Amino acid sequence: MHRYRFVLFRPLQLVPVLFGISVITFLLVRLIPGDPARILLGTRATPSALANIRTQYGLDEPVWLQYFYFLKNLGAGEMGRSTLYKVDVLKLITTRIEPTLALVGMGVFLALLIAVPFAALSARRQGSLVDHAVRLVSTAGLGFPSFWLGAMLIIFFAVRLEWLPVSGYGETFREKLSHLILPGLTIALSLSAVLTRTLRAAMIAGLASDVATAARARGMPESRVFWRHVVPNALVPTVNLLAVNIGWLIGGTVVVESVFAIAGLGQLMVRGIFTRDYMVVQGVTMTFALATVLINFAADIITVTLDPRIKL
Amino acid sequence: MTADTTSAGATVPVLSVQGLTVSVRSGGSERALVEGLSFDLARGETLAIAGESGSGKSLTSLAVMGLLPPPSLRASAGRIMFGGQDLLHLPEGAMRRIRGRRIAMIFQEPMTSLNPVMTVGAQLTEAISAHESLPRGEARARALAALQSVRIAQAERRLSQYPHELSGGMRQRVMIAMALALKPDVLICDEPTTALDVTVQREVLDLLRDLQRETGTALILITHDMGVVAEMASRVIVMREGRMVEEGPAQRIFAAPVAQYTRDLLAAVPRMGDGSGAAVLPVAESVVRLTDLRVRFDIRGGLMQRVTHRVHAVEHVSLQINQGETFALVGESGCGKSTIARAIVGLVPHEGRIEVAGQPLQDLTAEGRRALCRDVQMVFQDPMAALDPRMRAGDLVAEPLVIHNIGSDAERRGRTAGLFERVGLPPDAMARYPHEFSGGQRQRICIARALALRPKLIICDESVSALDVSVQARVLALLEELKRDLGIAYLFISHDMAVVENIADRVGVMYLGQIVETGSRAQVFGNPLHPYTRRLMEAVPIPDPGYVRAPLPRLSGEIPSPVWPAGEAPQRLRLVDMGGGHLVAQSNPTAEIAA
Repeated sequence: MHRYRFVLFRPLQLVPVLFGISVITFLLVRLIPGDPARILLGTRATPSALANIRTQYGLDEPVWLQYFYFLKNLGAGEMGRSTLYKVDVLKLITTRIEPTLALVGMGVFLALLIAVPFAALSARRQGSLVDHAVRLVSTAGLGFPSFWLGAMLIIFFAVRLEWLPVSGYGETFREKLSHLILPGLTIALSLSAVLTRTLRAAMIAGLASDVATAARARGMPESRVFWRHVVPNALVPTVNLLAVNIGWLIGGTVVVESVFAIAGLGQLMVRGIFTRDYMVVQGVTMTFALATVLINFAADIITVTLDPRIKL
Repeated sequence: MTADTTSAGATVPVLSVQGLTVSVRSGGSERALVEGLSFDLARGETLAIAGESGSGKSLTSLAVMGLLPPPSLRASAGRIMFGGQDLLHLPEGAMRRIRGRRIAMIFQEPMTSLNPVMTVGAQLTEAISAHESLPRGEARARALAALQSVRIAQAERRLSQYPHELSGGMRQRVMIAMALALKPDVLICDEPTTALDVTVQREVLDLLRDLQRETGTALILITHDMGVVAEMASRVIVMREGRMVEEGPAQRIFAAPVAQYTRDLLAAVPRMGDGSGAAVLPVAESVVRLTDLRVRFDIRGGLMQRVTHRVHAVEHVSLQINQGETFALVGESGCGKSTIARAIVGLVPHEGRIEVAGQPLQDLTAEGRRALCRDVQMVFQDPMAALDPRMRAGDLVAEPLVIHNIGSDAERRGRTAGLFERVGLPPDAMARYPHEFSGGQRQRICIARALALRPKLIICDESVSALDVSVQARVLALLEELKRDLGIAYLFISHDMAVVENIADRVGVMYLGQIVETGSRAQVFGNPLHPYTRRLMEAVPIPDPGYVRAPLPRLSGEIPSPVWPAGEAPQRLRLVDMGGGHLVAQSNPTAEIAA
């Protein structure tokens, strides 16, 4: 009963959060030095052409009025015209959101695929050679920056072995999938380093807990003790860790999309910043913020489902 | 008991431990934690293994279960014979079929032993299906039957509940149901009631005894509580530092202990009497006076975070503690006794009036609050948690002096040394860290720290509850001595009626935030009038196997919740003077708790 109430009412609580985010990004974007009209038209533009552009995009209005128009447009399903692409930002975002979401999804999926078995192996043989190796690799994984890691993966798997495409995104599902593996792996490797360490620690604590001892005393086989009594309890803190990291993860797509030349939101964001395309930057920032908020909301629901003790 | 068990059981033990040695490996050397332990367990008997912490009693039970945590601990010598096999040399697969089905175990902490993310029903069926492959429905039916056999109210509903939704007593019943569901030959209970309130302990002990009688399961009861031993055991093994000190029938051990250690242990056990022997204190100045104290905690909920419910932790409590006396507050967990302590030192907001040394608390300025800290000090239950592990004992005791800017460095050192001597610690202890001390010594450090500011009142919040009985007796003696010499007053908060009976001058019995009975030790213990007081006293296990409990109706029922919807409040109890300051709650809604 509690859960349904939560699912219904929590989104309402998100409305003021999103409002705050929109105000902050709107103002911050306008603090970036540089004149969008001049960047668009180049250094030799005539004053009248500049003024024309400013009027066209409403840049000569006071900031609060610009914000008001922005909200009004948002109500009508528009986010304002991009100065660079000459189309509505919402349209830009909808066409480019898919590769980014797919990338984040692939990253998290691969990270769990790496972290869960390695953490399990490590925790169940604490102090063994395997355990030391896992800990060493996961520490090293934390140290590599993603742009370097991405480049190395390209050189090895795409250029040397020619197993996977170098960059881009592709059209069909199969193509997309093969294009996503390397960038997804780039994200997953650093994310799984954090995940493995937390999971391993939680699993070790779980294996030594009273719950595990009591289960063994009832004659449960060790594998059942582990997967049924240790892992579910260890997953709860991990889901929260993932949710906390999701903002960082989405930020990471900006770099990874650039390295792998994927036309996603991250790349759009970079280009928007360089061209002072206010509408694009604030649109993408808000999308990222919305995604972070929604993913944390989802994580809350998962946590409640995993652990009946937690009341929201 | 069937004829089979009586005829065969007399000769063939169901479990036989011979020369068991459990060692720990640290570094390159091995050290024995249990050494050369031998005993037989007859069918249907209850064998208590009693001892203080570090005696090796729990390790013995883990060794029997084959659950010694590898790799550091192992059974290095001896045999554990069960069903013609040596359990120590049984392969893991065969051992697993014995665990839970033929030898079951229940643990001290039912909350941490149950999986918090699985329903009670799922855990019960899992325990049954681990040994018998049954169809789903049948396993569930067996689970339900198991729950019903431990007399849980609304067993059907409990199946779909999670452990945190049950009370402590119910959780332990679930553990027992799980352990007995497969009708094991041996049930090992490791401190089964230590984490429970005394009235709940009584219910669980009654239940265990009944179930054992019905099923003929042999019971190994591991406990530190000689009262529980006396009530349950037919035979007793007393252990100390890994060795058996004495073994014999319970009657004999309690009546005529042979070993000196057993005699000391039994002498240290606090006993309940009729409250006589309490000295009548001269009328003295009051140190603390509470008038109509109320402490409530808001529970917020909903979208607007409005106050929907309130925890009525303390309701209309009035009491007075005089100079040089020990006032004890007794009651079960959640009755509000610790909250009163926190209110007195200003740690929780309160309504009503608290006067410390004649000064009302609510009028105090910041400076006045600092002065209050000098007058009232606290000693908590867990000394390890109360002492900063990174500070030396000497610095810990001197810290209050530093905070209150008292004396020069040299003077503080001198005073600290004096305090260490006062509480019976050697002077070189000042340079050591908390982890280098034993539990009792740590509590002495806490007491020394509390004494540093020469307070008028020391609040002891379950200060001896975590200590072994022999250590507990010595710490209680120290408290008594300090009171006599320094004229300190104590607010002694405890759940242990026997300890209270031994230390208190006056007693207040709390139930659901209110005092239901208060008076001198002689009045409350000699002539308990409120049904809840009687129930508490009746529940205390008596360390005398010959004691015959009055055939009162079995205790049952849970203590109601102190949480009330906003705007509602529990009925205020009216205290009536039964003569000589013996106040008892009248016309109360709690009358049914005695039934």
